[in-house]
Parts: sequence; C-alpha cells; structure tokens
Amino acid sequence: MPNVTWILADGSRVAADVKEGVTLMDAAVSKGVHGVIGECGGGLMCATCHVYVDPEFTRLTGEASPMESDLLDTTSAPRLPESRLSCQLLATAALDGLVLRVPAA
Amino acid sequence: MNFGTVIVGAGQSGLNVAVRLRALGYDKPIALVGEEAQPPYQRPPLSKKFMSGSVDMSSLLLRPMDFYKEQSIELLLGVRGALLDTARRRLTLSDDRELGYEHLVLATGTRAREWPEAAGGHLSGVHVLRSMEHAQALQRRLVPGQTLVVVGGGFIGLEVAATARQAGMNVTVLEQAPRILQRVAGPEVSQRLRALHEANGVRVLEHQQTRAIRGHAGAVRELELGGGQVLSADLVLVGIGAVPNTELASAAGLDVQDGILVDRFGQTRAPGVYACGDCARFPWNGSTLRLESVHNAMAQSDGVAQSILQRAVPYVPVPWFWSDQYGCKLQMVGISTGHDRVVVRDTGATATQGASFWYFRTGRLLAVEALNDMAAFAQARRWLEQNNSPDPDELAQPSVALKDLTLRESAAHFGTHDDVLPQL
Repeated sequence: MPNVTWILADGSRVAADVKEGVTLMDAAVSKGVHGVIGECGGGLMCATCHVYVDPEFTRLTGEASPMESDLLDTTSAPRLPESRLSCQLLATAALDGLVLRVPAA
Repeated sequence: MNFGTVIVGAGQSGLNVAVRLRALGYDKPIALVGEEAQPPYQRPPLSKKFMSGSVDMSSLLLRPMDFYKEQSIELLLGVRGALLDTARRRLTLSDDRELGYEHLVLATGTRAREWPEAAGGHLSGVHVLRSMEHAQALQRRLVPGQTLVVVGGGFIGLEVAATARQAGMNVTVLEQAPRILQRVAGPEVSQRLRALHEANGVRVLEHQQTRAIRGHAGAVRELELGGGQVLSADLVLVGIGAVPNTELASAAGLDVQDGILVDRFGQTRAPGVYACGDCARFPWNGSTLRLESVHNAMAQSDGVAQSILQRAVPYVPVPWFWSDQYGCKLQMVGISTGHDRVVVRDTGATATQGASFWYFRTGRLLAVEALNDMAAFAQARRWLEQNNSPDPDELAQPSVALKDLTLRESAAHFGTHDDVLPQL
C-alpha cells in the first residue's frame, strides 16, 4: 500500500497507507484531512478536492482530463501547473511517498 | 447522558456539523443520532451507481467507522429523536434514552412523499427511493424485460428510469405537469432530457395524471391514468417529491413552514437549537428558501458549526445541483426564479453534446443550467460567487468565448437584502 502525505494549509501533516485503487479524495476524507471535502462524491461535478501534487510526482499522476481541467479553473485557491482534483487520482504502488499539498480554503 | 452538541439526523448535513466542529477545535462531547441502521452515507449514488450495482454499500459510507472513534463522535444509530424539550435542553430518543445538550442541531432531512394507500400505495411493487434500504429493495426488482412505470418526472424518477432502462427494463415515465423537471429546471433542459430518455427507449408521457395504482393479490399490476387509459406494470417507482421531517420541531414549538425556519446563522427561535440541510428553511432575498441538495447540506451545516462556536457566518449560498442520466451531466447553479431573459449557448444539437442556458433578470445573471458543459457551469459558478454578470448580448453570440465576455458587477446579488424572518 502506497504511503501518502497531505500537507495542510496550516503546515501540519497527515500520512496514511492507502489501499491501491482508492481515490486520493476518498482517502483524504476518510482520514479527516481538513480542506479536502469531496462534495459530489467523486463524480467530477465540484472542485472541493483540489490538491497540489508534489512536482516530483506529477509525471506519474499525469495530466488532468479536459473536464477536470475546466473544473480546476474554478477552484477558490489559485490553479497551479501541479493542481489536480484528487478524486481523479487513484492510489498505485508507484505513488508510494507521494506528497499532496492542500490549498487554503 | 450529557453532550455539548447533539445532532439529530446522520445524513450528509448532520455528519458535517460534527466534522466541522471537530475541525474547528470544538472539544465537548458530540452525539450524532441516526434513524437508519447504516452509518452516514452518500445518497446521490442510490439512484445511479448503487442501484446499477457498480458500487457497493461500503463505498457509499461518508467516513470509515474508525473515524467516529478517532474524532470522539458518539454515533447513535437506529434511533430517532422522539421528544425535544427546549426549556430543559433535553432530547428524548425513541428508545427512551435522554440526552442533555448545550446545542442541538436538527438535520432531520426529508422523506419521500408516498402514494396514498387508498389509491394503491400499499401494493407490493410500489416503491419510493430515499434510503439505502429503499435502493436495495428497488434493485432486487430491476428485472430485464419487465415493465417499470415511474410516477413523477423529477430527478429521482428520471435517474431511476435511466438506470432501469440500462438494466434492460421497459420504462415509462408519467409526469402530471406539462413537462418533466418543471419544478426544478427550464423548458430547454426538460425538452432535451426528454429527448435523451426517448432516444434511449424510455416512453415519457407529460401532462398525464395518474389516478390510481391497481393490483391483484396485493401486488401491483397496472396504473389508471387521468384519461382512463390503463398501463400495465411489474414495478412502480413513485417519485413525487419529498416532505421535510419537521415533526420533532413542531412538537417542540419551533416555527415550521414546509421546513424548520432558521435565520441566516441556522438558528431557530429556541436558544441553542439550530437546523440545517434539506429540512431547514432559511432567509433568501426577502423571502425564504428550502433546498434539497448536497451543496446546501454541506454549506449550511458548516454555518451551523460556526454559529455553535460563536463565529457568526451568515449563510448566503450560491446553490448548485447536479444530476447524471445515461452519462449525461446536468449541472445547475443559482436560482432562476424571476428571470426575464434566457440566453442559450449551444455547442451541439443533442443533450449529449454540450449546451448551457443562462438566466438573467434586468441584465443580471441569476442562474445557469449546463448539459455536458463543464466549462460553462464552472465559469458561471465562479461568476455568481464573485457577483459578476457577463453581458447577455455578447453571451448570445457563440463566437465569443466565455473568457472574453465583458463582465460587470451585479449590484444586488443573492441574499444581499436585509432578510428578516417574519416569525422570529
């Protein structure tokens, strides 16, 4: 199980071993990571699971789809090149050590 | 048992009060009281992915069980709030336990409006859909080749129609109003979704009264329509709206008018008693509004958590809603009531290609409905949240890209009136 760390807006960290195939939004919500909401339940309808992927891992997490990209344009925090909706990121063995920054609300 | 905060109702809104209180540092005991046996779960997939079998029950749970222990949230399931004494600040549960509270939150939600028993509502094979149990019962009856008749062309009815059709059933939707979705969306959206259902082989009969559901040996067999026509059915889904669960509040002497009346901070008239989510009616542009949506459940409960912590954050939402049928995404933001102009941005002729419908009043953007048009929805949501309006004449020209439209600030936007609840 890959280990994933979320760095919260206040600088605190939450780490968890995430089952492969689980979305990183679901994983964050389960761990109570403050700032990741997942309002639409992962249906690619809202943008409340926005995270910044550590640049070291962006090659592995890939690019946002066009629809995800449209939603990323609406997030309250600034969109950066490493912005993703974490409902679209699935935990895989390759992502072990992944670090995600959670934007300030 | 004494608690700092007792939350009655363990749906998305009730749970979120507890989650937000803990996230904001509240350290007193919290009780979350749920009528259903299941811990808090997501309802939107019940009519879609859950019913079709593509996700299971555990994946709908909003939090794993460990979460409640870690966060010291006492989950009391399978019980209802039976009696609320706001003077003594005590809640009696249906199993006679008594909970004392400093703050009490009513997040009791809604229930599906039932078909009258005298007109066939008691027959086996007549279903409603609100809970996981309802969805499981309905799922067992999705038999390919059999006939489902949906009474009511609202979101629930249409979503179940789509799921059942995709499971190989013969499906008819009956809507008594002149068009499906009349209460919640504009005519363009109704027309395109009707065409989408028809293209998928669902029969949609609008302006069609259902007089009675009839059966044989206790099981549903047919429906009698207003004109005397008879439709045979193996299964009936009644999707004729929801009724807010306000009985506990009424009996406690709180103000109730199709919903529990609250002010902009989620407070009822009783000290320390709040309401949020589907069951709550809040001030809105000089009137009041009750919304049944996930966004409202989450945003209003956040406000209540803030109120409990004495950080008054007025609830002035830009509401949004979604539906998903045959993979077509409908997203709506804002409230179109009172519009005097609709601008259509069409990127395709059918519902499965993108289109958006922009509602204005005196040149000010009120609401947008988008079909498979994420960019339009996303942009509209942001503009509404920022009190911006695009120029409607420019918007009407498809050659002008959304990002190139001239914006102007909307002077009067949602909730900027000085709303006062007449009863409070």
